[in-house]
Amino acid sequence: MAEYSALSLLRNALSGNKDWKPAWRKPDPKASYDVVIVGGGGHGLATAYYLAKEHGITNVAVVEKGYLGSGNVGRNTTAVRSNYLLPPNTRFYEHSMKLWENLSHDLNYNVMFSQRGVLNLAHTPAQFDDYARRGNSMRHQGVDAELMSVAEIKRLMPAIDVSASARFPIFGGLMQPRAGTARHDAVAWGYARGADRRGVDILENCEVTGFLRDGDRVTGIVTTRGEIRARKVALAAAGSTGRVMQLAGIDRLPIESHVLQAFVSESLKPFLDTVVTFGMGHFYMGQSDKGGLIYGGDLDGYNSYAQRGNLPIVEEVMAEMLALFPSLASVRMLRSWAGVCDMSMDGSPIITTGPLPGMYLNCGWCYGGFKATPASGFCFAHTIARDEPHDLNAAFTLDRFHRGAVIDEKGQGATPRLH
Amino acid sequence: MLLTCPYCGPRDVSEFTYQGDGNRQRPAPNSQDLQAWNEYVYDRQNPAGDHNEIWQHSGGCRSHIRVIRNTVSHVTSSTVPVRGAVHHRSTERRKPGAKA
Repeated sequence: MAEYSALSLLRNALSGNKDWKPAWRKPDPKASYDVVIVGGGGHGLATAYYLAKEHGITNVAVVEKGYLGSGNVGRNTTAVRSNYLLPPNTRFYEHSMKLWENLSHDLNYNVMFSQRGVLNLAHTPAQFDDYARRGNSMRHQGVDAELMSVAEIKRLMPAIDVSASARFPIFGGLMQPRAGTARHDAVAWGYARGADRRGVDILENCEVTGFLRDGDRVTGIVTTRGEIRARKVALAAAGSTGRVMQLAGIDRLPIESHVLQAFVSESLKPFLDTVVTFGMGHFYMGQSDKGGLIYGGDLDGYNSYAQRGNLPIVEEVMAEMLALFPSLASVRMLRSWAGVCDMSMDGSPIITTGPLPGMYLNCGWCYGGFKATPASGFCFAHTIARDEPHDLNAAFTLDRFHRGAVIDEKGQGATPRLH
Repeated sequence: MLLTCPYCGPRDVSEFTYQGDGNRQRPAPNSQDLQAWNEYVYDRQNPAGDHNEIWQHSGGCRSHIRVIRNTVSHVTSSTVPVRGAVHHRSTERRKPGAKA
């Protein structure tokens, strides 16, 4: 499998681009592996990559029910940030940010990571104080954060309505300059290729239909492509976590599956060179390199596995967009879609051994899983290889809810639709 | 998505507030069973299929209703007032002839 380089680009350009090889193999499942990872999204593929790279475990399969990139890794709005308040989250997401900063080089695959900044807008003095507190918490932990005045915000994004007559006048904002966006498909493909070339089998169109058990212990999986035995079975199934865990006989988890919509507009000339979030509702927007505005808002608000959303949220998101950028009223929406999010009870993830012997669980990413992809894979690989969590995910246990050790960034309580 | 309020008839989902999983069993107020409280607060069945859930018609008659809705197709197969079910449970707990 060829390295990508300026030379290979030139050679293939001259030969009509007919010699590109597939980026990963399409192997048939073997009868057994050391580790089987259920879920070929970003997190599953990153886990396989770091198992091979950091721990030398290469007898690994990643099983994916559809094709690579068909789930949330290809559905998110691509923002990458580490602007969290609580230390367990800040540390984890900042580690992710550091991996992002070197990811294209590490994978030899251009993930188009662009540190264009993420700006959270504040609309009241109290909210601005709250952002200052979060910014201070971040800076104490070595993460970049800067408060911005209204004048600075207007200079950064001229189209934004900063007038006092706006429905929710802007008071200021908190900027993380190192945050940004990445090309989500490239992240899936880059990790897939990196894992594949180290010997990992990526099994697409291979849906898990059951688990092989020896008493309590999980000893493998039953799939639409046959039985696969494994010493360790790791789950990274995001929105489908509940569905898969039910096959293992676990019918209750601190997780609800909710649907989140996303939208893209027709292509515009450069309009917004940062990612901006609205502080008086739930809305965020960035602009892709192709020129489309990529934006989204709140969950639909009820349990759903449907991968499609309803109209009230569409209306709400558009209204919030126009509250910030009235000039976008004449811009047409090109597409909308939705992904199923595994909403945890405190808004923070779960990366842990168990809950059954031989099983490892990675879930609870809410609607912030994309930015976590590198660190999630890194920590999950460590947890699987060593049978104990890495320092960075030691707090993200499954039993923290029953122990009263929740990590509730938003202080929202056990109401998944509000995290 | 439309939900059929037992009092008001079919209404747009934006009139309703979601109150979550209707399978959860709240322990008695004086219960000290921590496991039962933890399960009530944190653990969910989260099925892909028919889901028993509570909604409030907050933009209408404000009644609480129990809805059986398919989480994949959004088809609702039943909407009934929650009050009936609550009344039913509380009469079961009471001994006949005991004070309310």
